[in-house]
Amino acid sequence: MSRIIEGLSYSESHEWVKVDGDIATIGISDFAQKSMGSIVYVDMPEEDDRIEQNEEFGAVESVKAASDLYSPVSGVVTERNAALEDEPGLLNKDPYTNWIIRVRMDNPAEIEALMDAAAYSEFVAGQE
Amino acid sequence: MENLKETCLYDSHLALGAQMSPFGGFIMPIQYSGIIPEHNAVRQHCGMFDVSHMGEISVSGPDAAAFLDYIFTNDVSGLEPWHARYGMMLYPDGGVVDDLLVYRLDAPGSYMLVVNASNIEKDFEWICAAAAGRDVQVKDRSGDFGQIALQGPDSEAVAAKELGMDLSSLVFYTFCETEFEGEKVVASRSGYTGEDGFEFYGSPSVIRRIWSALLAAKVTPCGLGCRDTLRFEAGLPLYGHELGPDISPLEAGLGIFVKTSKPDFIGKSAVLALKEAGLERKLVGIELQDKAVPRAGYPVEHDSAQVGTVTTGYISISTGKSVCMAFIDTAFAEKGTMVGVRIRRKLFPGTVCARRFYECRYRK
Repeated sequence: MSRIIEGLSYSESHEWVKVDGDIATIGISDFAQKSMGSIVYVDMPEEDDRIEQNEEFGAVESVKAASDLYSPVSGVVTERNAALEDEPGLLNKDPYTNWIIRVRMDNPAEIEALMDAAAYSEFVAGQE
Repeated sequence: MENLKETCLYDSHLALGAQMSPFGGFIMPIQYSGIIPEHNAVRQHCGMFDVSHMGEISVSGPDAAAFLDYIFTNDVSGLEPWHARYGMMLYPDGGVVDDLLVYRLDAPGSYMLVVNASNIEKDFEWICAAAAGRDVQVKDRSGDFGQIALQGPDSEAVAAKELGMDLSSLVFYTFCETEFEGEKVVASRSGYTGEDGFEFYGSPSVIRRIWSALLAAKVTPCGLGCRDTLRFEAGLPLYGHELGPDISPLEAGLGIFVKTSKPDFIGKSAVLALKEAGLERKLVGIELQDKAVPRAGYPVEHDSAQVGTVTTGYISISTGKSVCMAFIDTAFAEKGTMVGVRIRRKLFPGTVCARRFYECRYRK
């Protein structure tokens, strides 16, 4: 069973979002890191890059495969988690404290399209 | 979905909780504990692979040596009993049917060919068609054998201690007949990881017992995932990536396994013509400056133009470097040439280098 945290919003492509005002912190779920295996590289956008909801903004790579990251929200990247450049395996250790990017959202209402923890639990149960 | 075949060790893979995936018509273990720990086990100690999916085709008869010299690029007539050689079978146009090992068995005129799982049927038909009118018997023996590869610097000691096999007299690419618990096993000092090691061929039942004995001795079971990262670092080609019907062995840098001094073999005139004309592309290594993962199919660029394509790439588990093998236009194949690999949107600068990223440790 993969870990799911209350109070976060989740996408069907297994990203999580934590909202603080108009800033969204984005990462990948425990289900995502488990299904990928050892993560060896995280391709992140640069600060000030624009990203759009449901569009690819980077990738997480295991030894064997690359998995695209899809943005749960639209906006401008304010921060990237530089720690992942040297230690991408942090996403395996704890995918919820180790976020990937922070975004200043254009429209915080976009969050409403995402799942809460209960809905995501059910969604993941259908895939496990 | 095609009907996937199971190897004789299938039940053990499930019991070990392996992640299973289709490969070459079989359902095979990709990883057990993880690609990285399995890779490191082989480099540092030893690990074992179920390679029972590989095909075995026997060729025997008075004309066998001459026949194999005609369908295989390497020299077979000069091969002594208990020795093996690597090479390829070519199409008349010089493309590769398959890459394989030819073992010369002890009985006169008796050979065993070990071929890629995905090519077993194609190879068998190809060999049978070529054998028409010749005094040879060709048999697909793939179902009769299981195969385990024990790979890594500790392999010889582990075989002695856990399997009771003294294989110290074998050097790389030689083999012998031995036994395990009274049943016949062929042990070959060979493998596809860049490490010393052995490949054991035997009946499914003895292969299962060897596997269990090695498991009980805590030898790390390794999947096809790390088999690929290991062979890649050692600069060894994989059919479908660095070899194929549209690739010449010369382009893949495997000319030393193509003996154009032999009187004739299928594909020889195409090889000679290509040598005469010069290669348009070559297989090279590329090392990227920054960390990123160059994967098969990604374009290699120079001055905004595509000059090549990646065939296999990884962040090397042994060295931590971002490296790949790629076919590249000959004009850019010189070591030290600056090129770029396009990974998604970004171009990552790199340098052409040798395509072996790891110093192989064979017991010669």
